[in-house]
Amino acid sequence: MPAKLILSMDGVVIKEYALNKERITIGRKPHNDIAIDNLAVSSEHAAVITILNDSFFEDLNSTNGSLVNGTPTLKHFLQNNDVIEIGKYKLKYLNDQPTQTSAADFEKTMVLRAPVKSSAPSAAATGAQSAKYEATTQFNATSPRAETRPHVPQAAPAAAAPAAPIAVIQILNGPNLGKELELIKNLTTLGKPGVQVAVLARRPHGYFITHVEGGSFPLVNGSTIGEQPHQLNDHDVIELAGIKMEFYLKA
Amino acid sequence: MNVNEALEIVGQTNPGMVRSHNEDSITFDADYGLAVLADGMGGYNAGEVASGIAVSVLSSEIRHHLDGARPEQKVAGSQEEVGVALLRDNVRKANLSIYNAAQSQPQYAGMGTTIVAGLFYDNRVAVVHVGDSRLYRLRGETFETVTRDHSLLQEQIDSGVLSKELARLSQNKNLVTRAVGIDADVEPEVHVYDVEVGDIYLFCSDGLNDMVEDEDIGATLQMLQGNLALAVNQLIEQANDNGGRDNVSVILVKVRASYPAPSGWWTKLTSWFRN
Repeated sequence: MPAKLILSMDGVVIKEYALNKERITIGRKPHNDIAIDNLAVSSEHAAVITILNDSFFEDLNSTNGSLVNGTPTLKHFLQNNDVIEIGKYKLKYLNDQPTQTSAADFEKTMVLRAPVKSSAPSAAATGAQSAKYEATTQFNATSPRAETRPHVPQAAPAAAAPAAPIAVIQILNGPNLGKELELIKNLTTLGKPGVQVAVLARRPHGYFITHVEGGSFPLVNGSTIGEQPHQLNDHDVIELAGIKMEFYLKA
Repeated sequence: MNVNEALEIVGQTNPGMVRSHNEDSITFDADYGLAVLADGMGGYNAGEVASGIAVSVLSSEIRHHLDGARPEQKVAGSQEEVGVALLRDNVRKANLSIYNAAQSQPQYAGMGTTIVAGLFYDNRVAVVHVGDSRLYRLRGETFETVTRDHSLLQEQIDSGVLSKELARLSQNKNLVTRAVGIDADVEPEVHVYDVEVGDIYLFCSDGLNDMVEDEDIGATLQMLQGNLALAVNQLIEQANDNGGRDNVSVILVKVRASYPAPSGWWTKLTSWFRN
């Protein structure tokens, strides 16, 4: 489904525009795709360029400027629910594409043929794709390099949230006695490189310790774990290169 | 030192958590300093067929040729090295095999594959790639991509339309601009890089770098460089823990020692002794 812009003023929806063209213009003059007859709007105010599933907003050096999500913007990579403001008018960008958290986003890799191939068999579909692709490069060539840094939309999608509570390693002997180490990263290594190293991996279903290098294997509660990953339980005692430490989960 | 003593190579391929098929293919051979990884695409099992053809053409042809020649030698009548020519020519050969199979068998129509391959010789690595399978390098503290994807996103990044950060938000993922087997000919990209002792090279399919951030891949390699087999396991595990939406393949090559090409007089001397 193509993305769309919803034009509204004072919270009242005026019209919906599907972004089914590569370039949609917004302005006061009637030849614009989105014509807004208001003196605060320049005759050719802005454009939205759509490349397959991505859309970019561009202010065309309008007199009164444009806001995206409240910030004056010349160029912006639109994300779902972004709001463009031109004068008193608002344009909300909706892109119902599956988000990154959905499996459909990881559809199989497809080939986008470059238009240069002379020998390319010309199925109609291929032709259409090539045309789009060509347009992309044109857009690249003509678009001014972002004059303003496009402000970064919402934070990048969070990585798989840790299912488990925060785990901690506390040193039980030696010069670092009492020191604590929170296992906040996916992987944490323990030990001395070249002597004995083990890695603690944080996984959705728990924490695992695995031998990395060294002549002997780590001990958990006094017994060797061998070469295989070993799942840690609350209050397990790990021994590595003579250092004892306790693994526990913070409430 | 011979290349097989200088290099440590491990690799693994995994279907991931969602797909029933594994359309990736990998192979590596320390004796020839060769690593090949391909990520196939196409319906039914066509993706596996395409990546399988690519990997077997490259590995069998290159090994066969290197039994009678050294990769650092120049191709007769040209300034190009044998190693470079072998990589490029055999990607083209694989391209034609896949293309012909796809033309003649309806169930394979439209199949294709990405590919990335490295040939290590004379303290260097020659790298060929087509599509979005990648080569990364860890050198000291620095982890970076060596190949540049042939993809719409990469082109947008290169031309300044998108920053690398914003590219993560793009809905146009998985669109490659070049692939092996789609057209009658393909333009492989080949480069040669100097190698340093201690370098770790990581070949992967997009099932890794789409699921695990570069930063985390680099940190994993850095931490587990003492145990490459474990590093490969952990990388695949992270991709799968993050959802494993695609097949994931990883080959790691660690440079343990330098491996200069045998110099002319030495080769002559040893062959003289043999006689």
